[in-house]
Amino acid sequence: MIEVGSLKARMESTPGGLKTEEYFVNMGPQHPSTHGVLRLVLKMDGETVREVIPVLGYIHRSIEKIAEHLNGRQIVHLTDRMDYLSSAMNNWAVSLAVEEALQIELNPRIETIRTIVAELERIQSHLLWWGVLGIDLGAVTTFFYGFRDREMITDILEETTGARLTLNYIQPGGLMFDIHPHFVKRVKEVLAHLKIKICEYETLLSENVILQNRLRNVGILTSEKAISMGSTGPVLRGSGVALDLRKQKPYGVYGSVEFDVPVGSVGDSWDRYWVRVEEIRQSMRIIEQLIDNIPEGKFMVMKPAKKLTLPKKSYFGQVETARGILGVYIQGCEKEEPHRVHFRSPNFNNLWVITQIAPGGKMADLVATLSTLDLVIPDIDR
Amino acid sequence: MSEREATIFSLIQSCCSEVILNEGSGSFSIQVPSEKLVFVMEHLKKSESLAFVMLLDHLAVDWKEMGEFELVYQLYSFKLDQRIEVTTKIPRAIPNAHSVSRIWPIAEWQEREVYDLFGIYYINHPDLRRLFLEDDWKGFPLRKDYEDPFMLELVKE
Repeated sequence: MIEVGSLKARMESTPGGLKTEEYFVNMGPQHPSTHGVLRLVLKMDGETVREVIPVLGYIHRSIEKIAEHLNGRQIVHLTDRMDYLSSAMNNWAVSLAVEEALQIELNPRIETIRTIVAELERIQSHLLWWGVLGIDLGAVTTFFYGFRDREMITDILEETTGARLTLNYIQPGGLMFDIHPHFVKRVKEVLAHLKIKICEYETLLSENVILQNRLRNVGILTSEKAISMGSTGPVLRGSGVALDLRKQKPYGVYGSVEFDVPVGSVGDSWDRYWVRVEEIRQSMRIIEQLIDNIPEGKFMVMKPAKKLTLPKKSYFGQVETARGILGVYIQGCEKEEPHRVHFRSPNFNNLWVITQIAPGGKMADLVATLSTLDLVIPDIDR
Repeated sequence: MSEREATIFSLIQSCCSEVILNEGSGSFSIQVPSEKLVFVMEHLKKSESLAFVMLLDHLAVDWKEMGEFELVYQLYSFKLDQRIEVTTKIPRAIPNAHSVSRIWPIAEWQEREVYDLFGIYYINHPDLRRLFLEDDWKGFPLRKDYEDPFMLELVKE
């Protein structure tokens, strides 16, 4: 053990004072605030972050290679395992590409139910993020509140699809099952409940001075930087760029419903926070417009045994998930199995934003910034 | 091809006449010779009338029978509200391509992913290392001729 007094004496005797040096810290792959198996190598100068080097591959399953041995219907199962919090949207992206390849026309019932399920997923994904953001910053209560309300939505989805996270509900040609008889009633109950609770959450967390201090002017991402890094979703919209595929290239029935696209102004962590909370409200607004008039019809327009032979062409299906644009590139070759499948995952591009905005900030701010980027690691590694 | 896409295509062709339409794609897609790729990409981004400022995605496709790799870039322009697919073909025997990471910074990591899984060497890339797999991994898994003794895949007769 070195005594403090002797250390002080040694410092004073050293010419030029105390020497400092930069050092490396491994954050992850088992760090709670990385939300999965992401490893960040941090070059630190005291408490200040000088450089962030993400190290990937801890949950790489080579979904793209596996998909080359499966048909269009089976690939949908794998997409559940990428971004597990927006699995219905992932299913939809593959379905869009396969439907475009086979020129399948859908009926309004399928489109409406797909939209409602996707928006329910978006709400539950944002609620989970909201709860986890709180716990990352030290507010444990929000975690329980977020999970409690999210549970109500996963219960509805479980009733209809049989699964809570990996829904595998949207299939090429329609849906796996029809909606449960209680679906409409239950969704309305949740919406009525959430409407009151969202306001409560605003007073609990959003108006909290500690949260404001932790998020405002932290991790500022300018719109130019966000665009050059290819980030999408709430990360890009938080920087003030209103790119939302639901508005730009409407799929499903997004073209016929009214909703706003919230955008931030500064691009700091607070803007990204605010955009997501506002998106919960907008998603509720979309569901409210659709839930009362789900058209009648079949839930699947294709025979289940139909062979999905993909023509020798490439197709790019894209949807707006809770985290940004998910693109699915499918190259067919006159066989059921595609020649090549590639997933353009939103988290992959959003992750690299951290290398641009974290340097210069403090270590604790890195945790806040990382949390507002809302990364899901299995989606990055695929 | 819609009218707007035709106008965009003629604008691109005015800078480089070797650009052709890619018929093998379901969306608006152009094919560029590999040695002109960086020049055309720079024009696509910097030209004020086009302004494809966002690189959404980059991937490769292995065409083993033709002895080629196809590189695909997905670009997006806010000004035109339009997505464009840019493809180029490089020989499978000499898989060298020019990096576009100076034009779009995100390409640095997208190209690392393609290098990792396909073994395509990007010239002028600042940091070409494997991204997902271990550094001492042998071979490039997404190539069609990749074989691994431990690979548990379905062999269909």
